[in-house]
Amino acid sequence: MNASALNKNAANALVWVLLLAMPFWLPFVGGYIELGERVVVLGLAAMSVNFLLGYTGVLSFGHAAYFGLGAYGAGMTIRYLVPSTGAGLVVGILAGTLAGAIIGPLIIRLRGVYFAMVTIAFGQVFYFIAFRWNNVTGGDDGLLGWTRMPLNLGFTTVDILHNPRAFYYFILVIFAISVGAMAWILRSPFGRTLIAIRENERRARFLGIPVDRHIWISWVISCCFVSVAGALYALLNNFVDPRALYWTQSGDFVIMAVLGGMRSFWGPLLGAAIFVLLQDYLSSQTQNWMSFVGLFFVLVVLFFPRGILGAIRRKVA
Amino acid sequence: MTQLVLFNIFNGLIVGAFYALMALGLSLILNLSGVINFAHGGFLAIGGYIAFTLLPYVGFWGALILSPVLTAFLGIIVERFLIRRLYGRDPLYSLLLTFGLAFIIEDGTRFIWGAQSLPFQVPSWLVTPLSGDYFFLTGYRLFMVLIVALAVGGLFFILTYTRLGIRIRAGTLDLETVAVLGVNVRILRSMNFGLGIYLAGLAGVLAVGQLGLQPTIGSSLIMPSFVAIIVGGLGSLPGTLLGGLLIGVASGITTVFFPSATEAVMYVMMAAVLMVRPRGLLGEEGRF
Repeated sequence: MNASALNKNAANALVWVLLLAMPFWLPFVGGYIELGERVVVLGLAAMSVNFLLGYTGVLSFGHAAYFGLGAYGAGMTIRYLVPSTGAGLVVGILAGTLAGAIIGPLIIRLRGVYFAMVTIAFGQVFYFIAFRWNNVTGGDDGLLGWTRMPLNLGFTTVDILHNPRAFYYFILVIFAISVGAMAWILRSPFGRTLIAIRENERRARFLGIPVDRHIWISWVISCCFVSVAGALYALLNNFVDPRALYWTQSGDFVIMAVLGGMRSFWGPLLGAAIFVLLQDYLSSQTQNWMSFVGLFFVLVVLFFPRGILGAIRRKVA
Repeated sequence: MTQLVLFNIFNGLIVGAFYALMALGLSLILNLSGVINFAHGGFLAIGGYIAFTLLPYVGFWGALILSPVLTAFLGIIVERFLIRRLYGRDPLYSLLLTFGLAFIIEDGTRFIWGAQSLPFQVPSWLVTPLSGDYFFLTGYRLFMVLIVALAVGGLFFILTYTRLGIRIRAGTLDLETVAVLGVNVRILRSMNFGLGIYLAGLAGVLAVGQLGLQPTIGSSLIMPSFVAIIVGGLGSLPGTLLGGLLIGVASGITTVFFPSATEAVMYVMMAAVLMVRPRGLLGEEGRF
């Protein structure tokens, strides 16, 4: 085993140890468990966005739509259909993935800024549906009147509603499955092909790779994972509102990915952690937190375009 | 019923004119510099607020002339110190930067002028309806259409007949060659950015008389402008104009028959256009 592989394994181990032990060390550094839950959920969303952005090289700026669809899918299932967390999760993921799959063919032929613009604009459709369809979605007030349900595993019941630690580990298990699947896909020949497309699309095309189809599949995979995050986000808050679908939310995901480092697997998670902490701190300190978040965007772009992990890696190399 | 439909078509036309004015500015900047200016809506709001502040001193006409110029000046400063650094880099970065700027501007206007909607006085002779039957035909609305038409006409005049305009069009096609021919591309991009922001500022002054003045006015107009560009075709300014008017009228008509789909209809149109003609109605093949 060479040194870089060893470093990689050590980094992976460190991330998992920190995540697994979060409920125990977070209170000591002044955090609370919901903050950790938000980091994990939004981190998953940012990692899904980065699947496209960093590993396929496609500039998607509209992932809030599929995040929000996952959230509304989960919330509405529990509210109207079956009071079961698992069913909500499944429906939410299906909703986001299906919407992505349907919209995919319309956009995969576009590239660069054009792709970004169309994904942003499409995201808004779902926002307006959630906003306007008052009697079903709750409109601007959000979807109220439901909570996540205790998990019934057959042999035992886990009360994820009242036991915050149980809920944290529930989130972490789903996070682990998703992230593991993502890593597995990226390591497969398909994942390598995506990276080849990112590096040189024309060459990939000349090699006979059906580029558009690969981008479509990558887009759907990314939408699927982001809707997992969305469904978890709804369960976390016991509430969904249209802002989860708004285009500013997409920008948040992208800045998390960029801040942490688009070229590294764990980068977006780190970016999400910083973003969540900063937002939590600012919104408790000042009414004008929006300016500070905006300023943060500007500073990241000007001074950290490679992200934190990218900068560290550069220094080491 | 006819009256209602006419009213909404006319309304849609006016809203569409705003979209078009916004989208033309966005398009100019996008075509020459490859920057999606998320802060465009913010500059629109600034145009409106500057006009509001100037109104007591210079009157409506003074505000209408001065405010867009000041907004454009501000835009050039922003371009000089922030956006210029990102030319030639991945478009992701300029996207994120202007995204952050949009936040800062929206929050900044809220901080300076307050979150509540401010009253904006247009000259009284412009407000009275011109006709009893068609109550919606106020002078101000006709006036807005006239100003937008003038602005669009002026823009196309500049692009067709002036040296700056010819250089902008040439740069859109092949910036490298333009640079090799001895044109200062930095200044060209600055002027072009200023021109785009001028249109946003002008739209801002006109919009506040119609839609009211609040900090979120910009962010509510930016998405339709994107749709206008996509529907009309990226890279084509006449297409952008057409796209803006088209989606404005379409949402106007939808308001009559299915009010809750007013906003959604333009996205449906966009999906339809992308399905049949991915480059947009008047877009060139293979540009993006």
